[in-house]
Amino acid sequence: MIDFGFGVNTARAINMDTNDLDTAREIFDRLPDLQACMACGSCTATCTAGAITSFNFRKVHTLVRRGEYGEAYAEMSKCMLCGKCRLVCPRGINTRGVVLLIKKKLGDY
Amino acid sequence: MQKRYSWKEFQKEIADDHYFYVRSCIRQNFFPGSEQAFLNIMRGDLGKDVFEDARHTSCTGIGYHSDIVPLETIMTVVARQFALMTEAGYENLTSSCITSFGIYTEILETWREFPETLERTRESLYKATGRTFEIPKNVSHNSDVIFHNREQIAAQAKLKLVNALTGEPLRVVEHIGCHYAKIFPSKGIGGSEFPYVLAGMVESWGGEVVDYPERRHCCGFGFRNYLVQSNRGYSVANSRKKFESMAPYKPDFIVCNCPGCTMFLDKWQYTLAEMEGSTYGPDGRGIPVLTYEEMAGLVLGYDPWALGMQMHQVDVEPLLDKMGVDYDPSSKYLGKKGKFIGAPEVATVNCSAVDKFYRIKR
Repeated sequence: MIDFGFGVNTARAINMDTNDLDTAREIFDRLPDLQACMACGSCTATCTAGAITSFNFRKVHTLVRRGEYGEAYAEMSKCMLCGKCRLVCPRGINTRGVVLLIKKKLGDY
Repeated sequence: MQKRYSWKEFQKEIADDHYFYVRSCIRQNFFPGSEQAFLNIMRGDLGKDVFEDARHTSCTGIGYHSDIVPLETIMTVVARQFALMTEAGYENLTSSCITSFGIYTEILETWREFPETLERTRESLYKATGRTFEIPKNVSHNSDVIFHNREQIAAQAKLKLVNALTGEPLRVVEHIGCHYAKIFPSKGIGGSEFPYVLAGMVESWGGEVVDYPERRHCCGFGFRNYLVQSNRGYSVANSRKKFESMAPYKPDFIVCNCPGCTMFLDKWQYTLAEMEGSTYGPDGRGIPVLTYEEMAGLVLGYDPWALGMQMHQVDVEPLLDKMGVDYDPSSKYLGKKGKFIGAPEVATVNCSAVDKFYRIKR
């Protein structure tokens, strides 16, 4: 193999046909109120962990919906489970429950 | 049916004869026989009048798209080409390069929409060179001209784009290049969504066009995406996307009408093979990449080495054998006077054992 001084960039496109969405469906089945999320970002705006790390709950939620689990699980370990996001959520979603469930379900990824 | 015929909504006027010819600045290096083949086909086979002025320069399109050449400068350079055409008494411009074609089209549109920029350009050109110019009556790309004469070429054809052994049409992937019709779809035959300029040639000469999912995707050249080494990973990723999309359809060759696309689809196959071991043609080799002049030249019975096909990164011999082209494999790297012009190292995308099979003369 020759080193040309550059590699092949990975596409940032998400292929919903090939991504495994079963785990995402299981999470939504267990916590159906997550379906009510309107992606307002209040959870992220108030997040203590997000203020000192790159943690972004809304982004993780989107990654899970798309079946991009690898990145989602690594991000979840930054959550301190303080629950401020749950207090501000206009839809009353049990966000802390979501975090715990995602960590449990995505443990393999 | 909509898909198959909707190209007819995008038609353009192409001059019949008396062309002022402007060359590409990079093509002479990558595919050196193609521009001469165009002149030979036009003058020799089709009996057309094509005039070329040795004083014409690069359109500076590569510099323009790389943010080095300002708009006013490129307008004046283009105006100088038009001045040479006016001085020679021609009105129909035909360009060898897709980027140049895009530049000419874009500048003419700018002058039409903002007439003050035309006046400023006239003034700049006159102050710098003392020249004046007329706006061309017709601007076409060389592939438009070949498309325009495709039935005449078909009538004079010595070979068809068919497999000589099975009689099946060759499966051809066509790639038109972004600057041909994506800037101004009305200036390209078939527009940007249903490009027909190359497909029309392939169909007229007996081949079958492969309509694969990433047919309209960019080859990845993108000027600054290639010119800076650290950005080339983005460039090669685009080509790989196309190769992965077309490979399942088992194309016999790729035909392009843009100098950059021809180069990148040819040479990135080598890079991908050497970088990560991926090949997209049969038997672990590459897919041959042709210019439309080379395709027309083969159909008209030109010698492939006179067309410059030994300069390709992916070897073309499997295609020549498939088409039943009469050629001398051993003289592949012999120049016009029989002098050895040098040969590339054996690579994964090439035939590999070509020396053994064909006894290449050195």
